Amino acid sequence: MGPVTLFHYLTVAAILFTLGAVGIFLNRKNVITILMCIELMLLAVNINLVAFSTHNGDLAGQIFAMLILTVAAAEAAIGLAILVVYFRNRGSIAVEDINMMKG
Amino acid sequence: MISTLFFYLFAFMTVASGLMVITARNPVHAVFFLILSFFNSSGLFILMGAEFIAMLLVVVYVGAVAVLLLFVVMMLDINYQSMQEGFRRHLPLGLIIGAVLLIELVVLFSGPETTLGVAATSGERSNVALIGDVLYTDHIYVFQLAGLILLVAMIGAITLTMRHREGVKRQNIALQNARTREESVTVMQVESDVAPQSILPDETKSRKALR
Repeated sequence: MGPVTLFHYLTVAAILFTLGAVGIFLNRKNVITILMCIELMLLAVNINLVAFSTHNGDLAGQIFAMLILTVAAAEAAIGLAILVVYFRNRGSIAVEDINMMKG
Repeated sequence: MISTLFFYLFAFMTVASGLMVITARNPVHAVFFLILSFFNSSGLFILMGAEFIAMLLVVVYVGAVAVLLLFVVMMLDINYQSMQEGFRRHLPLGLIIGAVLLIELVVLFSGPETTLGVAATSGERSNVALIGDVLYTDHIYVFQLAGLILLVAMIGAITLTMRHREGVKRQNIALQNARTREESVTVMQVESDVAPQSILPDETKSRKALR
């Protein structure tokens, strides 16, 4: 076990990003799981950004990671709100039924 | 040495719980594994020397987003068993695409070996102080923009989910404040010793009122 390098962190992030992408394929019907997979992918991006920030000694990467965190939180809130409204109108959240803007 | 051990622990736990997120049958379990994944990746962030991002991850994700997901999962009455259909059917395609993506990414990253130093912290100033230094000076517009995004998201979520149900009495403060004395109080001229017919309750009315 050698020292932990940048490559190790990037590999973890790559595996996590791939898990998120595969999860979207596997759980095509469940919007909530798709949202969670998007959160996983954003987490992988954050790991990449912070790893490069530490590697280069530049704090801009961590600022960027904070912004991604903000946007991810906003996205989760809006997505779940849309989900609740959709469920109230249609009684289901199956993805293949979502084909129009008007509920 | 000990940090290497901790790196492998956190990395393994993050990836394993990430795997459980996408394979869990119960969405509540998936949310809990997501929380576990975020906790362990915040450990990774601490190992990288980004303590502030790590704490932010715990506060924002575990404290807000994961609880929001849990709330929605438990609130909506959905048959999650039917949602699992097609999991096996999509498995080969998903695995192929995932393998291709992973190989691409790892091949892309595998450059010269570079040791990851904790370079973002210098001397006695901590990571949080350094972030504060640049966040409020160089990146102030971006910071304000993040606040604006959160405000828009908050207003959007509230207006989306707010509804007025029929038959629920609500207080209308503007209507209450707009009342005047003239429309609320009427002065009646009442003759003495004579009961006015209009206010005398008849037989049926008084019985209904007593009941």
